[in-house]
This record gives sequence, C-alpha cells and structure tokens, in this order.
Amino acid sequence: MNLLSQPDFVIIAVGALVGIASSLLGSFLVLRKNSMLADAISHSILLGIVLVFLITKNQFSPFFILGAALIGVLTVFLTELIVKTGRVKNDAAIGLVYPFLFAIAVVLINVFARNVHIDTDAVLLGEIGFSWINTVQIAGFSVAKALVSMFLVTLLNLVFVVLFYKELKLATFDPGLAAALGFSPSFIFYSLLSLTSVTAVVAFDAVGAVLLVSFIIVPPSAAYLLTDKLWKMLFYGAIISLGSSLLGYMSAVALNVSIGGMMASFTGIFFILAFLFSPKYGLLAQEIRRKSLEEENTARTLTVHLYNHENKETSDEECRIEALDSHLRWSKEKIDKVLSYSLDKGLIRKELNNSLLQLTTKGRVYAQEVLEPWSNI
Amino acid sequence: MADKLNKQTHEPDLALHVEDLTVSYASKPVLWDIDLNIPPGVLAAIVGPNGAGKSTLIKTVLGLIKPTAGHVYIHGKSYKQQMSQVAYVPQRNSVDWDFPTTSLDIVTMGLYGKLGWLKRPGKKEKKQAMHALEQVAMESFAHRQISQLSGGQQQRVFLARALVQEANIYFMDEPMAGVDATTERAIINILKELRSQGKTLIIVHHDLQTVQNYFDWMVLLNVRILAQGPVKDVYTAENLAAAYGNQFALLNNMQISKETNGSNHENL
Repeated sequence: MNLLSQPDFVIIAVGALVGIASSLLGSFLVLRKNSMLADAISHSILLGIVLVFLITKNQFSPFFILGAALIGVLTVFLTELIVKTGRVKNDAAIGLVYPFLFAIAVVLINVFARNVHIDTDAVLLGEIGFSWINTVQIAGFSVAKALVSMFLVTLLNLVFVVLFYKELKLATFDPGLAAALGFSPSFIFYSLLSLTSVTAVVAFDAVGAVLLVSFIIVPPSAAYLLTDKLWKMLFYGAIISLGSSLLGYMSAVALNVSIGGMMASFTGIFFILAFLFSPKYGLLAQEIRRKSLEEENTARTLTVHLYNHENKETSDEECRIEALDSHLRWSKEKIDKVLSYSLDKGLIRKELNNSLLQLTTKGRVYAQEVLEPWSNI
Repeated sequence: MADKLNKQTHEPDLALHVEDLTVSYASKPVLWDIDLNIPPGVLAAIVGPNGAGKSTLIKTVLGLIKPTAGHVYIHGKSYKQQMSQVAYVPQRNSVDWDFPTTSLDIVTMGLYGKLGWLKRPGKKEKKQAMHALEQVAMESFAHRQISQLSGGQQQRVFLARALVQEANIYFMDEPMAGVDATTERAIINILKELRSQGKTLIIVHHDLQTVQNYFDWMVLLNVRILAQGPVKDVYTAENLAAAYGNQFALLNNMQISKETNGSNHENL
C-alpha cells in the first residue's frame, strides 16, 4: 500500500489541506468581518448537495460543486437583500437565511432520500476517518479520492489568493477606493464566497460544517494575533491548520475519540496559545506593557510635578521627597518604586543630603513631552 | 443610447460638471437635482450641515453610488474614461486601521489602478509611494503598522495615497476632520501646492470658520445646492443661513466676529 492511500497519511493530509484551503479564504473573511458568512455557507450548501443529488441521482458529480457555489452565493445574496430593509441587521439576517436553507435540505432528505448516507454527525463534523476508503488510480498508484479533490481545491484557492492578492487586499481594506480605481469589490467578494462554497462542498464528506467553520475562522484569527503583515497572516494560518490536523489526528487516535472533533479542538488550542502568548497582542504581553506603562506614567507624573515647581519659591517645599507623601499622597511603596525607576532612567537626581529632588535635562524633556507636546513636533 | 451619450465629450472646460443629479436611498432622496460646475485649478470646499449629502455627492461622482437621475462629467468625459486622472481620499474612519499592513503598503494601493488587474507592485511603485510619504513628512513611518499611527498620521498616509496617483482632480472627504493643528496646516499647504500646479481639488469640509482662509471656491450644499462660486461671493450671511437653517443662529455670532477680525485667519 503506498503512502497516498495509507489511512494515517490520508487523514492527516486531507485535514491539513481542508485547513489550508479554508484558512487562505478565511483570512479575508475575518478581516472583512464576514466570518459568520462562512458558517452560513457551510450549512446552506447542504441544500445545494441535496438538490443536485435529487436532480442527477448520482453521488459523485461535478454538478455538486456548481450547485454548492450557487447556493453559497444565494445565501449571501439573500442575506444582503434582507439587510437592505434596514430593520434586520447583518447578524440577524445571516441567522434568518441559513437555518431556513439548511432546514429545507433536511426536510428534502427526509422526504426523498431516506437511505442516503447524510446524517447529523456527518453534517457537523464529517467522517474524516473514512476519507482514505475511496480511491482512484492515478499513474498506476491508488490514491485516496478525498486527497485528490482536496488537493485540487487547495491549489485553486492558493492560485486565486496569489493571483488576486493585491485586489483582495485593496477590496478588503478599502472597498470604496477599490471601486473608485475600477476593481469591482463586490465581484471580488462574491468570488471569495463562491470559492468558500466550493471548498465547503468538496470538504463536506471529510469534515462537515462545524469543523470547516473552525478551519475558516480560527487559524486566521490566531494568525492575526501573531503578525502585522497580511501575507504572514495567511502563512501562519496555513501552518496552524497543518499543526491542528497533525496533532488532532494523533491525539484522537491516542484517546480514541472523534478525529474531526480533535482537529477542531486543536485549532482552538492554537488560538488560546496565540491569545495568551502573542508577543504583541497576547494577554500576557498586554499586561506586561500595561504594568510598565503604569510605572512610566508615575515617573512622568513625578517629572511634571518637579517641572511645575522648578525654580519657584515653593520648590523647596514641593520638591522634597516628603512632598510625595504629604502632597501627592503616594504610598511608601509607590514612592520607593518611582524614585528608583526615575533615578535608574536618569530623569531625576537627589540633592542636599538626598532630601531634594531635581530634574535632569532628560527628565525635563520627559515632562515637556506631556506639557508642551507641540515643542518637539 | 445612454452609452453613446457617456462617450461624448460634454462641457470639457469644466473640471467637474454635474447636472440634474438626484440620489435616493430606499426611495428617500438624499440629493435633489444637483447642478454643479467647478472650473479647473481651484481649491473648492463642499460645505453643509450634517446629513446634507456631502459624502454622497462625492461618492456618486466617483460612481460608487448609482444616481436616480442626472449625469456627471469630469473634464468633459465620464468618470470611467477619466478614472486614471481622479484621486479619492475617503473618510479616515471608513476603513479598519487594524488591518495588518504598513503605511508604505497603504500608499502603494494608490497605484493599483494604474497597475490594473493581476500586475503586482514592484520596486518602482515602492519608490513612488516612498516619495509620496516624503511629501507628507511621513517617510520615517513607512514601515510602521498602521494601527500604531495617530489620527493625523493616518490622514497623512491617506493623503499620500492620493498624491501617488498624480491625478488631475482630487476628491477628499473631510481630510481635516479630527486631526491636530500641525497636520491640518501640513495638509492645507499640500492642497495649496497642488492647486498651484494647476490641479483641481474638491474637498468636503466641516469647519465653516476656515473656509475663507483655505479655499477659493465654495459649494454650499444641503440636500440641494444653495450657492456655488468663488468663496467671496458665496460666503454670505444669507447663504449660510439658507444652508444651515436653525443651526445658523449659533454659527452667526461666531462668524460675524471672525469676519470683522479677518486678520486672525492669517495666523492659522
């Protein structure tokens, strides 16, 4: 048995490809604040699948892709149509449209196709564990079908994002300018959503709606916390998808639990890690920055105080260390901290037996930055 | 027929010619029968109260909103034909400044129109963008993440993005809203410099007090056009009262004191 039909490899590779294909598109949806449209699309394509199945009576047909793309676009179109009334906001409109389309699909399955393999579990998380079973022969090798189709979709998405990177970036950041410069932002947006639908339908067997949504939204969101560059966001999103698939599969096997569930969980774990430990936007980094800002602000308050009373009759009284207690009402601990910080940074020096505080040139500039911001522009 | 009309040259001596323009949102008109002519080489202010349709007017001129009636010509031709000659600065808060990119990249976006579909910006475009950043004194912020810029700096980046287009006619939506005095001065100097190069600038402006000092052409708008022409002709108590209605009672005192003390403006 060769690698391309070997179950472990196929499951991990299919998961990773679904993840990469989804997060490439998802990055733009997240930045555009439309990520919940992915949720809507991933559910409503079921209607596309059912309708195509009822018409063609065939479980494997290229029309599924067309049907899904059309239903995906229809979902977005209906949502925007409802928003236009002005009384239903975007989030409610999404919630109105896709459950309706999804419900029609479920009823149609009940009425016309009771014995079709679609069931609730599969719709939510898919059956990635079986993705290696159906194979095709390519150049004498037996290759898992899901692997071939997901590879093609990932390639399609990658080509789309690479070719239209500039257009996607402009239309996402500033649709007004995009339109004024002759790039149709709605064309770009609908192309993005059509590809999301195509990805969803091809990935449907393997991953289902919920896992797909977690791949579309979570890796890009985690990546967004890690970088200030769009291409890096796309790249990190892909890496996180790959990692989630690999670790998700390994831990699912180890714990004997749902593979799709574990893969989705790992995207969440990666997000939590980024959320806590991102060097710039993580909770920890922000807390550290807040602490050091607090210290800096206290020092600035001190320099401003000294600056205001510098060379005045009151300076003897105001610029004493005791004044920090009696006038500024700072605690002993805070005074010790701010003095050592300010001395450390060379903002102040002690005079007259250490009882009088005086600004250094640097400290004076420090105070002026707050009091006279225009002086150094 | 309509298509043929669009290709015809019409009023080529005017930088902007708008005729019988009506725009409505959900059957409620927001701009009523606008007739607007702006000659080339002026620095024009579009002034009017909140909800007067100032931004809508600009957006309609640029084809971002489809009018219910009327037509627009820029230097005698349709916007589509003149696209490469037009630069647009939208309101600063119309975009998400947390977008993951740098100032330089934002300015480079101004060149996307000239590049067209699929072509990537290269070294030449980066250099042009850098030059535009220098013009607004933002070159040291070129590689700064845009969310770290102050409001005034973001506005300068937007201005640089318009400058890099090297257009003939500039539309700007409140470029001086919420910026500090230094940035406002820098912006107005750049606008005046562009005018001296013969460019036409059409600016949505919110501050009545600075209109006389900054601009030489003025359009008073409140759903319809109330007055248009050189500032000295348009900036009158009756016209302002007509445009601002009740609000003008408040403005009136301010304006009169400013007018009698005109030299104050010189210092700005």
